Amino acid sequence: MSVASLKVNGRVHKVDVDPKCPLLYVLRDDLGLNNPRFGCGVGQCGACTVLVDNRAVRSCQMTVANAAGKEIVTLEGLEANGKPHPVQTAFIAEQTFQCGYCLNGWVLTAKALLDKNPNPSDAEMRKSFENLVCRCASHVGIFAAVRRASQSARRSA
Amino acid sequence: MAPQLAVSRREFVKDAGGLLIGFSLLDSSVLPRVLAAGSPETVSAPSPSRLDAWLRIDKEGLVHVFTGKPEIGMGVSTAYAQIVAEELDVPLDHVQLVMGDTASTANQGGVGGSTSIMLGSKPLRNASANARYLLLQMAAQRLGVPAEQLEVKDGVVRVKSSPTKSVSYAELAGVGDLNDALKVSGDGFSLNVEGAGKPKDPSAYTVVGKPVPREDLPPKILGHFQYITDVRVPGMLHGRVIRPSGVGATFVSVDESAAKAIPGFVKTVVNGNFVGVVADKEWAAIQAAKALHVTWTEPKALFPEQKDLYAYMRSAPVKATKETLRRGDAAAALSSAAKKLEASYEFPFQSHATMGPGCAAADVHTDGITTVWSGAQKPHDLQKGFAELLRVPIDSVHVIWVEDAGSYGRPGFEDTAADAVLLSQAVGKPVRVQWSREDMTAWGTKGPAVICDLAAALDAQREATAVQFTSRAFSGADTMFRPSSAGNFLGAMLAGIPNTTGMNEFAQWGVESPAYSFQNILATAHVLPAFFDGPSPMRTTHLRDPEGPATSFATESFMDEIAAAAGVDPIEFRLKYIDEPRAKAVLTAAAQKAGWDTRPSPKKTAEGGDIARGRGVGLSTRNGTYVGTIAEVEVNRKTGTVHVTRFVCAHDCGLIINPEALRTTIEANLIQSLGRSLKEETMFDRSNVTSIDWITYPVARASDVPERVEVVLIDHPEIPSSGAGEPSSRATAAAIANAVFDATGARIRQAPLTPARVKAAMDTIHSA
Repeated sequence: MSVASLKVNGRVHKVDVDPKCPLLYVLRDDLGLNNPRFGCGVGQCGACTVLVDNRAVRSCQMTVANAAGKEIVTLEGLEANGKPHPVQTAFIAEQTFQCGYCLNGWVLTAKALLDKNPNPSDAEMRKSFENLVCRCASHVGIFAAVRRASQSARRSA
Repeated sequence: MAPQLAVSRREFVKDAGGLLIGFSLLDSSVLPRVLAAGSPETVSAPSPSRLDAWLRIDKEGLVHVFTGKPEIGMGVSTAYAQIVAEELDVPLDHVQLVMGDTASTANQGGVGGSTSIMLGSKPLRNASANARYLLLQMAAQRLGVPAEQLEVKDGVVRVKSSPTKSVSYAELAGVGDLNDALKVSGDGFSLNVEGAGKPKDPSAYTVVGKPVPREDLPPKILGHFQYITDVRVPGMLHGRVIRPSGVGATFVSVDESAAKAIPGFVKTVVNGNFVGVVADKEWAAIQAAKALHVTWTEPKALFPEQKDLYAYMRSAPVKATKETLRRGDAAAALSSAAKKLEASYEFPFQSHATMGPGCAAADVHTDGITTVWSGAQKPHDLQKGFAELLRVPIDSVHVIWVEDAGSYGRPGFEDTAADAVLLSQAVGKPVRVQWSREDMTAWGTKGPAVICDLAAALDAQREATAVQFTSRAFSGADTMFRPSSAGNFLGAMLAGIPNTTGMNEFAQWGVESPAYSFQNILATAHVLPAFFDGPSPMRTTHLRDPEGPATSFATESFMDEIAAAAGVDPIEFRLKYIDEPRAKAVLTAAAQKAGWDTRPSPKKTAEGGDIARGRGVGLSTRNGTYVGTIAEVEVNRKTGTVHVTRFVCAHDCGLIINPEALRTTIEANLIQSLGRSLKEETMFDRSNVTSIDWITYPVARASDVPERVEVVLIDHPEIPSSGAGEPSSRATAAAIANAVFDATGARIRQAPLTPARVKAAMDTIHSA
């Protein structure tokens, strides 16, 4: 066990944990966050995605030691001043997802993608999503939400 | 965060005997999904004959609805709220649902068979209509005018001729004891109630039929939603299970020295062949499970080789046979046919492979009240099953449903909950279990493998005169889809409790799925004995539309084969042999939307280059729902890779409650079943499932999604709603296979349509 300092959703937390523990379990069990979610534990699905320095990262594959000192944002941390992030607004507007268990991966990967590439082509979008799983298969709505978020960002730019 | 407290049922009913009870103890901001563990008086299900078992109105005017049907991700909670708001004339956001809590909801059989709207909405609609009727009686008395002179809008009752004279539902709440007895009929899925108040005529609907946004999506997308994974019971420990090294392997010994060294280790639990470990945190439990050195006897090589699966199924003894349809004399027509067609279709075992691998929490007290939190589809059955497992009265088990990942049938969430029960019982503390990915994909239940043999007779004029269907399949319910007995659960089976309630469920044609109007039809279904009779990773049970995708793959591919032999366009052929206008209408609507190119398949003129393009159709009919699916595909001639570029799906399920939620349900069914058609196949060796994760059990990914997905909704307000959860999964595999045939002339009769199978089929034609 050792004490690590984690900056999550703008707040710094001291946690006394096994430094090899995946970030996922520290966020859920030590900080009591409901997102990210456990999906596979082997980096194949994306349900445990968080943003680390604005990169979409699988928190089941990053140790708490490697996450220390970095800027970590979880799904619940995307809202700013009580307002949903525009990417979240787009997903809500498109009525995307069935169970929604996977959506940490899709929403946060979409956010990271659009930050880097505000107007992705269909092929670029599919490529950035290829390593995510949505078992309910709500892909049609997911793609529509990304297009909507991209368009609304360009309109307001 | 601890599970939030809501008012108990006892507190609901103690201050008034009637319909309207003040909710003084209930903070309306409290999430009603996670109710507290109950006291002995609170855990028995309410009698459905009381109106307040279904809904109550509080002093704020909020309508609290209680239903034994959970939400499994397709928006049924919003649809229910629409139905209640419609009948009561209250604002939609005044309706709050409690779902699947065995202590506060009537037993409606849980979710299954695409019946949540078709059957499950009936008692809610009728109870709401009756509540409105009673409220109007009360208001009439209060306002001094006959009820006929009153109208209701947004929960306020007004005198029509003098709208300033009014009283709100909120003001009426808590007023008095009312005659709230309802007439009960049916049980389980069919449970219904009726009172003096009758529902509205659909022509008067203003909320039902509207594309109301789903209430569950904003909290999910904003990250505020609480799933089963987020239930945190005070003092809760974390468990993991360790499954046998293969089928038939039994427990020999355990060396826990390394596991004990993990900080937070609590206990190793061994109960027969059920092995688990409990620790203070989830990560500690995962590490301890890895560190536990369990010795098993050598697994028995009980499964056939994967490559021999279908040969094994053909040679296996038949356990039961059922004739599901007989019209005319198919055998005679076949023997005198001018042309006889025969084809066999094979559909593999498939895994539920839910997105979350199953999670549950249990707080077992065999001398008091046991509480189990689970996202399984049938909480009231779970209550009965756990009472039997723990050998306690049913009223001392309280199952609280909390939404899990999408379940698609009986995926193993039931088994996860049983693992939590067994571990909690062993350590005497609340235990949460979340399975590993491998626990779910490898050891979760499976949809059964199915073989269908078809034959058809054509006369000299190429008229189809007979069709014969014979299936050989594992039962769709060797593990009973109702988890209402102790032997239903994997953990219990491993602990030595036999599974005695499995039943023969047939891969059938002609019952749920009415066949075509051929003069002569014979449909027969054979069920095979279990792949392994006992605790096995190949336990078969319901996976989205139990055998529908497999039998529809066969029958709808075969319709195309007959059409091709007759030289007729596949849609024209179907229209000719179907009487039901609604079945015809979905085909016609899909064809029109797709701009269907009317001609026989396969295409006569092939394009140059590596890519062949084609279109195919499939029809699905199930319990009053009709679906016509058209797929357009690109087939890579060199690799055999199939990409679906477009789906058009026309869908008729009678009265539509929420067209937006229906559309997204259909879109997702199309993509999920695309994955099942092209990729999904549970792989195994002689003693284990080898499809254990998302690499070894691939499902539809972003690159597989068609460029265009178009849904045509056909609304029939005059026809009661039928189901929509599953029917649009059925016809996809055949529509794709028919499109591949159209593009290439190669007929693929084994699912999934992997590149290797498609390439092999193309090579066969070219070498012929």
